[in-house]
Amino acid sequence: MITFRQRIRTAAVALVTVTALAACGGTSGGSANGTIEYWLWDSAQQPGYQKCADAFEKQNPDLKIHISQYGWDAYWSKLTAGFIADTAPDVFTDHLSKFAQYVDLKVLRPLDDLAPTSDIKDGDYQEGLAELWKGQDGKRYGAPKDWDTIAMFYDAAALKAAGVDPADLQSLTWNAQDGGTFEKLVAHLTIDTKGVRGDEPGFDRTSVKTHGLASEGSGGGGWGQTQWSAFTGSAGWQATDKNPWGTQFNLDQPELQDTLSWYFGLVQKGYMASYEEIGGANAIGTDKQIQSGTAAMGLSGSWMISTFTKLTDAAGKKLEIGLAPTPIGPSGKRASMFNGLADSVTTLSKQPESAAKWVKFLSGAECQNIVGQSGVVFPARPAGTDLAIAYNKNERKLDVTPFTQQVKDKTTFLFPVTTNAADIAALMAPRFDAVYIGSEPVGSLTKLNSQLNDLFKVAQ
Amino acid sequence: MATTIPARPARFRRARNGPHDDTRLALLFILPATIGFLVFLIWPTLRGIYLSFTKFNLLTPPEFNGLDNYVRMVQDPVFWNAMKVTLYYVVLNIGFQTVLALVIAVMMQRLTQRTWLRGIVLTPFLVSNVVAAMVFLWILDYQLGIANNIIAGLGLERIPFLSSEAWVIPTIAFINVWRHVGYTALLIFAGLQMIPETVYEAGRIDGASEVRMFRSITVPLLRPILSLVLIITVVGSFQVFDTVAIATRGGPVDSSRVLQYYIYEVAFSRFQFGYASAMSVALLVVLVIITFVQYRLSRAESSDLA
Repeated sequence: MITFRQRIRTAAVALVTVTALAACGGTSGGSANGTIEYWLWDSAQQPGYQKCADAFEKQNPDLKIHISQYGWDAYWSKLTAGFIADTAPDVFTDHLSKFAQYVDLKVLRPLDDLAPTSDIKDGDYQEGLAELWKGQDGKRYGAPKDWDTIAMFYDAAALKAAGVDPADLQSLTWNAQDGGTFEKLVAHLTIDTKGVRGDEPGFDRTSVKTHGLASEGSGGGGWGQTQWSAFTGSAGWQATDKNPWGTQFNLDQPELQDTLSWYFGLVQKGYMASYEEIGGANAIGTDKQIQSGTAAMGLSGSWMISTFTKLTDAAGKKLEIGLAPTPIGPSGKRASMFNGLADSVTTLSKQPESAAKWVKFLSGAECQNIVGQSGVVFPARPAGTDLAIAYNKNERKLDVTPFTQQVKDKTTFLFPVTTNAADIAALMAPRFDAVYIGSEPVGSLTKLNSQLNDLFKVAQ
Repeated sequence: MATTIPARPARFRRARNGPHDDTRLALLFILPATIGFLVFLIWPTLRGIYLSFTKFNLLTPPEFNGLDNYVRMVQDPVFWNAMKVTLYYVVLNIGFQTVLALVIAVMMQRLTQRTWLRGIVLTPFLVSNVVAAMVFLWILDYQLGIANNIIAGLGLERIPFLSSEAWVIPTIAFINVWRHVGYTALLIFAGLQMIPETVYEAGRIDGASEVRMFRSITVPLLRPILSLVLIITVVGSFQVFDTVAIATRGGPVDSSRVLQYYIYEVAFSRFQFGYASAMSVALLVVLVIITFVQYRLSRAESSDLA
């Protein structure tokens, strides 16, 4: 007969065994069963890439693509956790602000070492895009999938009410002294709660109903991409001594500080929403500010086109949204940041060759044409780009020239690619917030600049 | 009490089976808890302390770098600011929460016997921190939030609760008081139940008012429970994280960058697990000291009831 104590002992042994087994088991994300795990963050792009996946599966019956989509913030923390816990996907959509760190952490596989992607050619893509994804070791860590630039979105109804001809927006200029014709327009589009416009006598800047220019925050975490980069760029400013892989920063230069002092000065004039108004860390985007009528126009990226064209007013009626290029600056030219996404293969993938096959397909003509036809982003291949332009023209009746012209005219500058990107963002974001809020002068960025430079002294 | 004859005194059984003690069986019973304690508490703590002396990014092996992380910590203004912000939060959070919880607990005991009313007090605690933070984020939104619309409707100026440097910590402290006060009140309420009714009877015969009895009977006799509650809540309060992570992400500027959030950022978005471990060790030391001092000052181990 089994006594009580024996039973306990058996149970305890069983418990320990189970625990030990569970610890040994573990789950791995990049499984080797022919299913390729693929991650992206933009839900608007998922349908297009699902079509690519379907086409890919047809051509490769032994492989399956499983797409997972997580919102921007969750995406990166999930990916980090995945690298640690061995649950990372085989292939994921990568961003220029992140990939250098991942190369340093040795979680990305050089695409040159994988047979299917070893023959990717820089020349197949819009100029400059493919080169951005090469590490300091010269190896390719991402296959270009799309590109983006910045332009101004405006509420056509607000322009009409202000008596502004949309054609005037094509030739706006700005400067750091008086803001130029751009600031005049922003002032005119600003309306206080009593209905007085920003350029009329009696305007109350403390009680504004509609700001002329939308705000997307201080831009400290992403080099002001949709905030001030179009202005600093057209003032002739470059963030680093060289790009990619700069190690000296230029935040102490007057081109930046004068521009920011003018840009954030729009808040004091009531032309742009304050940090408090847009909700601080959880800022609402330009799209929602235009939709809710708290802003008349604003800068945003080409990846937002489909979101903007779907905006409706409170009654559910579609808003008429127009596009204009970023204003011409002191350099005599306009400017836009030129950024692009790419697909990367992780070192955790158990089937790197199959994963590379999928990456090759994503960066190939067939998939990029499918994505171009869905009109959500501009594919990295020129032919795909043309299809996206045609889609916008035919389906949305929208002329996207303000985005594409900058590439044609070579008025773009590249997103600053550096190592230590996470540290840079962590140091920059609070300091730029302080300048936006007005609790620190623009001159405080000089100290920040030496902190950023110090990061690279430590690293080398 | 009713049973007069014990079924079989343990002494007899022991005598018949020969001498043995229950130590081995007892050890077996506490084994699962001990394994959990070692695996989930002791081992991570030791490893955390070890990692605090290394440069570690979690994906490549740690490199020993001596006291570098601690030197950096002492020189890091963001760390000291985080310490200051955390302390400010703890003072506001614990101050309001304890007073409010005490009042609620006394009201629960002295004024009502209804279980459902007592239950309602606890409901905010059933909401997860993340959900509470999300809900308040919307309620307190500068433009769209119902709170600010009421304030504006009253003709007052809108308050940037979570987006101004002055308001953010009081607001986060308030959100967490709202969520935790019911639970704290329940702990204190349990303590109140231990105070014999006879003491109050005596007070009433002597003609003492409710307020007088609260000051002279309830508070002194509640001291051991209250100090235990304080130790638990202060330790919890120092580790505020989720509300900040959801509602402000440390901003505006550094005004809500509490220590736990800064540690998280350094570790999981900057991959500096060594430095993050050093700051965690610093937090551990601070908490140990605070708990020890609190314990001694409040003589939590002895009761005046005995």
